[in-house]
Amino acid sequence: MSILLSNISKNFGDFAALDHIDLEIPEGELVALLGPSGCGKTTLLRIIAGLEQPDSGRVLLSGEDKTEQHASHRGIGFVFQHYALFRHMTVFDNIAFGLRVKPRKERPGEAMIRRKVHELLQLVQLDWLHDRYPDQLSGGQRQRIALARALAVEPSVLLLDEPFGALDASVRKDLRQWLRNLHHELNVTSIFVTHDQEEAMEVASQVVVLNHGRIEQQGSPSEIYDHPANAFVSKFVGQTNVFHLDNEDKIWLQHAGIVLDDPEALTAHVRPHDIDIEKNADASSSPFTLKDWQHLGSAIRVELAREVREQGKLAPVVYAQMPNERFKALQLAKGDRVALRIRHAHWFN
Amino acid sequence: MPGKRPALGFTLFYLGLIVLIPLSTLIAKSLLLSWDEYLAVITNKRVLASFRVSFAASLIAAAIASLFGFIIAWTFVRYPFPGKRVLDALIDLPFALPTAVAGIVLATIYQPGGFLGKLLSQAFGIKVAYTPTGIVIALIFIALPFVVRTVQPVLQEFDATMEEAASTLGATRLQVFLKVIFPNVFPALLTGFALSFARGIGEYGSVIFIAGNLPYVSEIVPLMIITKLEQYEYAGATAIALTLLVVSFLLLFVINLLQYWVRKRSGQL
Amino acid sequence: MNAITYSGPAEQGARSRISLGDPSWVKWGLITVTVGFIFLFLCLPLAVVLVEAFAKGWQAYGAELAQPDAQAAMQLTLLTALVTVPLNTVFGIAAAWAITRFEFPGKSLLTTLIDLPFSVSPVISGLIFVLLFGAQGWLGEWLREHDIKIIFAVPGIILATLFITFPFVARELIPLMQEMGSEEEEAALSLGAGGWKTFFLITLPNIKWGLLYGVLLCNARAMGEFGAVSVVSGHIRGLTNTLPLHVEVSYNEYNFVGAFASASILAGLAIVTLILKSILEWKKR
Repeated sequence: MSILLSNISKNFGDFAALDHIDLEIPEGELVALLGPSGCGKTTLLRIIAGLEQPDSGRVLLSGEDKTEQHASHRGIGFVFQHYALFRHMTVFDNIAFGLRVKPRKERPGEAMIRRKVHELLQLVQLDWLHDRYPDQLSGGQRQRIALARALAVEPSVLLLDEPFGALDASVRKDLRQWLRNLHHELNVTSIFVTHDQEEAMEVASQVVVLNHGRIEQQGSPSEIYDHPANAFVSKFVGQTNVFHLDNEDKIWLQHAGIVLDDPEALTAHVRPHDIDIEKNADASSSPFTLKDWQHLGSAIRVELAREVREQGKLAPVVYAQMPNERFKALQLAKGDRVALRIRHAHWFN
Repeated sequence: MPGKRPALGFTLFYLGLIVLIPLSTLIAKSLLLSWDEYLAVITNKRVLASFRVSFAASLIAAAIASLFGFIIAWTFVRYPFPGKRVLDALIDLPFALPTAVAGIVLATIYQPGGFLGKLLSQAFGIKVAYTPTGIVIALIFIALPFVVRTVQPVLQEFDATMEEAASTLGATRLQVFLKVIFPNVFPALLTGFALSFARGIGEYGSVIFIAGNLPYVSEIVPLMIITKLEQYEYAGATAIALTLLVVSFLLLFVINLLQYWVRKRSGQL
Repeated sequence: MNAITYSGPAEQGARSRISLGDPSWVKWGLITVTVGFIFLFLCLPLAVVLVEAFAKGWQAYGAELAQPDAQAAMQLTLLTALVTVPLNTVFGIAAAWAITRFEFPGKSLLTTLIDLPFSVSPVISGLIFVLLFGAQGWLGEWLREHDIKIIFAVPGIILATLFITFPFVARELIPLMQEMGSEEEEAALSLGAGGWKTFFLITLPNIKWGLLYGVLLCNARAMGEFGAVSVVSGHIRGLTNTLPLHVEVSYNEYNFVGAFASASILAGLAIVTLILKSILEWKKR
């Protein structure tokens, strides 16, 4: 089912949680709503689900206007951040809930319900937990049960609020992969909310970046990363060095291979892996010395300290990233003066 | 940490002096009774009738207080309305108001010439004061805060996302209430009910003025104990008191068992 | 470098959770029931106390309260509270200290036993003292020989009240001090503070609102207890009648203005208690 949001606004008191949001999500996508805390992403998700009423704007599902429709009639599966499993029910009863509350005419028989629940439990690989209570499960197990419960009613849209937010780092990694595979298998339009850009890039087929209740950019992970629409997206997604242009910068930037052809651009955003370094630079062309480096596994991150003319001013650090072999070949020591080669920069004003 | 011996020593000494020794007199005294003597006291028709009155009135009052207590707790937690905080504070009035005061006021209101007594008897022909109905009214008054104050915190802490989850799964509002909210609040409601019931059986001050104290009809168990005492029938008073005490303790034991069972059932143990 | 990682909590703020909304007829129906029930069962009795107390005007009201028997009853009630509340407060602090700061066998039994008086009918609470100290009681003979009067006298009233109000302070403090933990106290001790210093400088400031709360409830009950006191008092006018007993005696003698005048004092006490209780609950948070 495709989702179309037009002109959605929502205020909590004086605070504008959502500010005229227009968003279209095609059928079958796995979309991440990415943004910092308080950017309105959860509110947007709740509005799509019908758990929250927008102050203005329409919500269209498969072209039908569902703005006024109650959450229980929208056919949407919602997985809550803290799962909201029914504490007084077993895992089995939790998953069966959505089937058992159907109107009598549509309600499947008990045998059918049992079959369906066990199918779902197998799908989330937790069939052996069917008679446990939520309080007896681990976080990752609860997460998967909550997902199975939402899927039981065969929703046409699946919404997940910070699905991995409350989990340990190791469990989180596994579940990300698992969610991607599951989406592949079921192919149901899914939206999840996250503040973790790595998670969004790894799991989603489409990323929507939100900030201050507005959409900053929408696109595939590679579009977002390679062609950030503005400074916020560039800084929020992935790591970036930011250079504010003044006369001093111009000199070494030109030495580093940057062409300053746009007079309106004021800041350059450069990804660490777009910076290469060379040894034995001369002081007039480069103000950088090697400060320290860290192993990131497959790559090395290099910290470069920049000389500052004025006394007492904190030296800004620039990060570069390169393969291990390249770093070894350079044979650098701390304090070495280095020159920068910038392969690519994004310009914003 | 210092002070273990003095603190524990004083605690035990004072507990023994004020509570345990006096209470054990009751048990020691009743051990002097033979089984036949005990039965003779307890199976006395008037005594049996008083037990019937006390239990029935307490049960009915606890049930009514549970219904209204739940509604009140729900309203306080869920709906904002003007004056709520004052009304909320007022719920504890039965805890704070001396029972004798409650007793004479309720008797005054519900007596045949009283404000509500007149209204009820003229409009519906219901007599409240000096009948078992009066006992029920007094016990509802006593029971109300027990129910509200046990249910209210549970409703307050109830995870509302559970309701939202049920809602997105297609449940109607009524289904959400019956299948999600109520089962989670039920243990607290049951506790409030049992506490009210246990308190109602032993209640004296607020009841005796409105009860009318007619033998076989509206005499409560605590009154029987006092009657026996006034007639210097210490053995009789002791036998009735012991029975009442054992029943209250059994009730509290059952409450604890129920809570344990509910917690175990929902996997919290 | 401007790599920003946001790891704050999920968006908070007032939510207008529409799916939690009940139909307005349900909402207003329930509010009506609530307000109606509270008015009928709680507000009306309070109003009636005042109406009846002033049924014959200010002067009759004042005269009733100025009566020697009423004055004596008030004094006895104050005396009872003055003796019982401090004793049970000291006990409550000692018990909470012992239970929350030390491990010993039978701890949970002790906690249960402290709550015991709450589950005993007031009439039985009086009865046990009659069985112990009364004319036919265990110590009756000995007391008579030594000319000590406990039952039908002030000591009996105080003992029964002590029993009835026994758990109030302890039961308030135990969970509070449990939650507080003993880390701060251990820190104070390790810095060289003595036991009493630690208690007065560290423990007491932490538990003061809870302690006052317990004391308040204990006092309200001590001044208002009726059933237990009624059994041990003997209703001797001017000597062993507390204010609640004076209410009963006046009412049974059809002196309604007298009964309700005294009742109005007790109702005023209840209102003050409720107000202070609300304030303390707010402070405790």
